[in-house]
Amino acid sequence: MYYVGVDVGASRTKVAILERNKELVGQDIRRSGTDFKATAEEAFTSAADGIPDLREMGFFCVSTGYGRRNVEFAHETRTEIACHAKTAYFFYPGAITVIDIGGQDNKVIKLDEKGRRISFKMNRKCAAGTGAFLEEMSLRLNIPLEEMDQLARKSQDMVELGSYCTVFTATEVLEKIRQGKKVEDIVKGLFLSVLKRVFEMDILSQKVVMTGGVVAHNPYLVEMAKEISGNEILVPPFPQLAGAFGAALFAWELIESNKREVEDEK
Amino acid sequence: MRVEAKPIEATKLLKKVMSDHFYELDEASRTKSKKIAWCTSVGPAELLRGMGFLVYFPENHGAMLGASRMATELIPYANQLGYSPDICSYLTSDIGSYLAKKTPLQKSYNIEAPPRPDVLVFNTNQCRDVKDWFSFYGREFDVPVIGVFTHRSLGKIQDFHIKDVAEQIKALIPILEEVSGQRFDMDRFKEVVALSKKTSELWRACLETASHIPSPWTFFDATIHMGPAVVGRGTKEANEYYEVLLKELKERAKEGIPGVPEERHRVYWEGMPIWGKLRSLSELFSSLKTCVVASTYCNSWIFDQLDPEEPFESMALAYTELFIVRDEDYKESYIQNMYEFFRFNGIIFHDAKTCPNNSNNRYGMPERLSKRLNIPCLVINGDLNDLRCFSEEQAKTNIEAFVEQLEEV
Repeated sequence: MYYVGVDVGASRTKVAILERNKELVGQDIRRSGTDFKATAEEAFTSAADGIPDLREMGFFCVSTGYGRRNVEFAHETRTEIACHAKTAYFFYPGAITVIDIGGQDNKVIKLDEKGRRISFKMNRKCAAGTGAFLEEMSLRLNIPLEEMDQLARKSQDMVELGSYCTVFTATEVLEKIRQGKKVEDIVKGLFLSVLKRVFEMDILSQKVVMTGGVVAHNPYLVEMAKEISGNEILVPPFPQLAGAFGAALFAWELIESNKREVEDEK
Repeated sequence: MRVEAKPIEATKLLKKVMSDHFYELDEASRTKSKKIAWCTSVGPAELLRGMGFLVYFPENHGAMLGASRMATELIPYANQLGYSPDICSYLTSDIGSYLAKKTPLQKSYNIEAPPRPDVLVFNTNQCRDVKDWFSFYGREFDVPVIGVFTHRSLGKIQDFHIKDVAEQIKALIPILEEVSGQRFDMDRFKEVVALSKKTSELWRACLETASHIPSPWTFFDATIHMGPAVVGRGTKEANEYYEVLLKELKERAKEGIPGVPEERHRVYWEGMPIWGKLRSLSELFSSLKTCVVASTYCNSWIFDQLDPEEPFESMALAYTELFIVRDEDYKESYIQNMYEFFRFNGIIFHDAKTCPNNSNNRYGMPERLSKRLNIPCLVINGDLNDLRCFSEEQAKTNIEAFVEQLEEV
């Protein structure tokens, strides 16, 4: 039996496949596009490509993310809040704050020592502090998204950006360009803006686990987070897969704990 | 397959009570047979009825605009006049409805427009917006706009608060006499206050049936069945209706007929309903086997203090001791009392974009209450009427995650 997690996010669809020992044996990440159902199937097929006995051994699938109900081969669903928390606690058990910065939303989830949720908050209906904010800014600055991390690292004199709103920030950025500020200094300012928006959502515990695509593609953001917060900032392996991995862990639990119950009854 | 909740039988009678209310107003408006007063939801309706007015409640029309999902299309008409999208969306959708000449009364009751007012009477216990709302119509219809200014953010209610509000209510009488052409009749006034007290007692009893486990109905049911308490308090028709509803709810409770089949979790709703999403939210909670058992909102039409022997003072007290005009300490104790009575295991705060007075999450209350009661609280962003401020998918994810959290507890 394999355990499959499918995270159909607003921006990307992620698949994680685990063996019984919870080892990650298959994965895929691709744009969610407009046909969530087809994308989930394609991503699953691709992730299962190197696992010839998957169909024979069978699988149990939990889906998550905005498109979780579009995954026809999923047996159960869980919210992405539950899944990110699951992954973060799996790698870093203890009282932690989980920060997921996704394409279109972010989440701050607080867990107690036993991994139970104490509280969670999602961003309001606003792109501030999300991947969408950085995507919009990369377009405005005419810089490929994947180059932002390297640019931010070069900054010597970060530009402070004060606006909350993405549109107002874009105007502010144009103003900074007009003033002759360097692009790398503006990009670092954008990273700081993302972190501020997320950090102001809740009080962080000492240990913070960051997940999501923005963290995966911008490791410098994590370094900045450590510097600004003074907290211990941890990142699980494959942070962009955290939702899918957590869903696969739920799949594992659902089957394995059932098996245990059956064995106990015997 | 999901089991459906057994429908509430009294709904048929509810429809008749509500349609009779609107037809009576419409006829009076067309034939000028009776004077019509517009009144805010917790304005001095008893005084108006006691002086022979038919009473129309624009906030009820606002809720209808929301529930019919006409509001979002109509709000921009008011925005164009300079009424900001950030102020009360009852106000903006109602003014938009007037400007566009579109009302849910047309489809529901074949009534062309809300009744024309002879006088507009507000109480700022809800907010300042109600006065601005009525002032618009005062200018449009060239009729008097009068009202009561309530003290706000009150902890302990002092005698001077009550004396002041009671005097303000009395001061309305000469203007109302002039508009109605009738002298104020104390005996008739007392009769209406007695009837209104009865409405309040019956409505409270209906809401309290939700303390049963499983609850015989939900907050979403109550938002519909509260119609007569809002538009008909102080009338025998409303009281007759709640006698019927209460009997049915008691029977449901006794027989274990639930509002949400297989109820697993019980939740409190703090803040305004999201009128345009009542059905989808009701279905979502039902699918999660979670019953929203009680709410501050539905409780807001309970006026324990009404006393026909002291009609002015008791109205002043009843309308001042409302949750919405109280300070944070009072509100938190109030919700604690609800928690002890209704035995819920989570609270959902609705942060309504355009209704700051009815959004109680903005000064740290969810965090404080979560610690005080040791139960989780969730804040969802939305609005009473403006669906542009509501992300359905995000709200659903939040609610589902909240129920997952309740499962973990």
